[in-house]
Amino acid sequence: MNKFLDRFFHLSTLSIALLTLLVTGAIFGVLYQEAKPAMDAFGFDFLVNSKWAPNLEKFGAFPAIVGSIMSTALAMALAIPVAIGVAIFLSEIAPAKLKSPVGVSIELLAAIPSVIYGMWGLFYFVPIIRDLFGGLGIGLLTAGIVLAVMVLPFMAAVTRDAMNTTPDILKESAYALGGTKWDVIKDIVIPYAKAGIIGATILALGRAIGETMAVTFVMGNVHKIPSHITDPATSIPVALANEFAEADEGLYFSSLFYLAMVLFIISFAIIAFAKFAFLKRGRA
Amino acid sequence: MTHTEKRIFINRFVMILSTLSAAVGIAFLLWILTVLVINGIEAINWNIFAFEGAPPGYEESGLKHALIGQTMLIGVSTLIGVPLGILAGTYLSEYGGLKSKLANIIRDISDIMMSAPSIVIGSFVYAIFVAPFGHFSGWAGIVALSIIMIPIILRTTDDMLQLVPTTLREAAFALGAPKYKVIMQIVLRGAKTGILTGVLLGVARVSGETAPLLFTSFNDNFLNTDLSEPIASLTVTMFNYATSPYEDWQKLGWAAAFILSMFILGLNILGRLLLLTRKKRK
Repeated sequence: MNKFLDRFFHLSTLSIALLTLLVTGAIFGVLYQEAKPAMDAFGFDFLVNSKWAPNLEKFGAFPAIVGSIMSTALAMALAIPVAIGVAIFLSEIAPAKLKSPVGVSIELLAAIPSVIYGMWGLFYFVPIIRDLFGGLGIGLLTAGIVLAVMVLPFMAAVTRDAMNTTPDILKESAYALGGTKWDVIKDIVIPYAKAGIIGATILALGRAIGETMAVTFVMGNVHKIPSHITDPATSIPVALANEFAEADEGLYFSSLFYLAMVLFIISFAIIAFAKFAFLKRGRA
Repeated sequence: MTHTEKRIFINRFVMILSTLSAAVGIAFLLWILTVLVINGIEAINWNIFAFEGAPPGYEESGLKHALIGQTMLIGVSTLIGVPLGILAGTYLSEYGGLKSKLANIIRDISDIMMSAPSIVIGSFVYAIFVAPFGHFSGWAGIVALSIIMIPIILRTTDDMLQLVPTTLREAAFALGAPKYKVIMQIVLRGAKTGILTGVLLGVARVSGETAPLLFTSFNDNFLNTDLSEPIASLTVTMFNYATSPYEDWQKLGWAAAFILSMFILGLNILGRLLLLTRKKRK
């Protein structure tokens, strides 16, 4: 009886564990299958074609792909220096009394749902951009900034964790040699934590490129390559969020699945790269 | 300027720069928090819990439908996701171990799926659960949320079980206990607090998901408790109300945002406290 139960428990946990692989495989499979009509119709030209006209049954993903890349790049350019600054502050500069409350509140902010960042962007940030640059206030720049604010807590927390792994003894030796704080940071902490910092950044990038709700509010969903940074634009997740529920069967629908598949492959690749190249967990 | 003075100057410059960037980052985050709290508290009143959605302009409109819908969606996905996640995590730690190739592949895939775009999971569920039935449904939303939740629970369970000392397992084996009993009564019990923390964080994470619900459970402006129909959630309601041009709807959106964030922050804080008490006991 015990033997039977033992086998049963082993096999049932195994099959549930395998389920996770199955689901991941099924996501790829189903997206591919649904995207097939669009792939047959447009081939890889889909990726470089910039016309998105549902009424003419003509679809090209170029504006969405460019929008995704540009908004993410903008967000990264803004968030990386600030995140590293926050991380240096938290791990090296802040007095012990401040470290833990500030650190914990940053981690808690990373838990706030992205839809709330999006809402804040729409009500409080869009008017500022509108006043500063004119136009609608909705567009690439706003999306990039909101995205940067959204990934900041996550990025800062992970970067700080990476910096905190530097052994005290290394830092103390450097101080003993007469190094200033900055010497210690640039010659000891950053080189030691380099892989972790780069990994954290790429992981944040992988998340940002697939982020939907923070940017859907403020991007505008216009399928055109923006000629100016404050122009409305679109990105893959924004297009999906806006058009999925209203698309009808056929090529339109299939094109949206094609977009989803491209997004899944891109972010899967980025996250996997961050994990395998930089964030190898110790599995001794 | 001597060399030493130069070094001291650069050091000071960088310290100020870094503190400033920290201040900027923290200021932005405080800004969001203040906005959330002020708008939320202003918008919250008894009506929110007493009434369902109504056309803009009606005095008697609330979020009852979304609160109940959200509770059902999160509740049922927790009931599905937590046991599956714990059992899968148990396999990884107890049968797979750290050297098993299969277990490591599952770990890596779960890690990746934890950060994968949730809107893609929504479109996947749409293809298999919405399109074939021809309509949106609460169940589809639950499937999407469970898919997101399982990797989180799986990884924390795996990590927490590995913290249970091997000697405990050996002691139980030596008493003649079969493996499943050792796992259920010794290992899982020993890692109880850690797993509970993982569950809390998993639930918190899933509660804020909006993108995978947009085209699975969709939305409903009225109270619905039938999971085979479209059902309201706080997040999608928040999205729809916030993007509407009506001021009273936008206000309801802020109320929803406030309630949801307090819930999520509460779960996170609770999870942290649990871990702290565990550390203290040791």
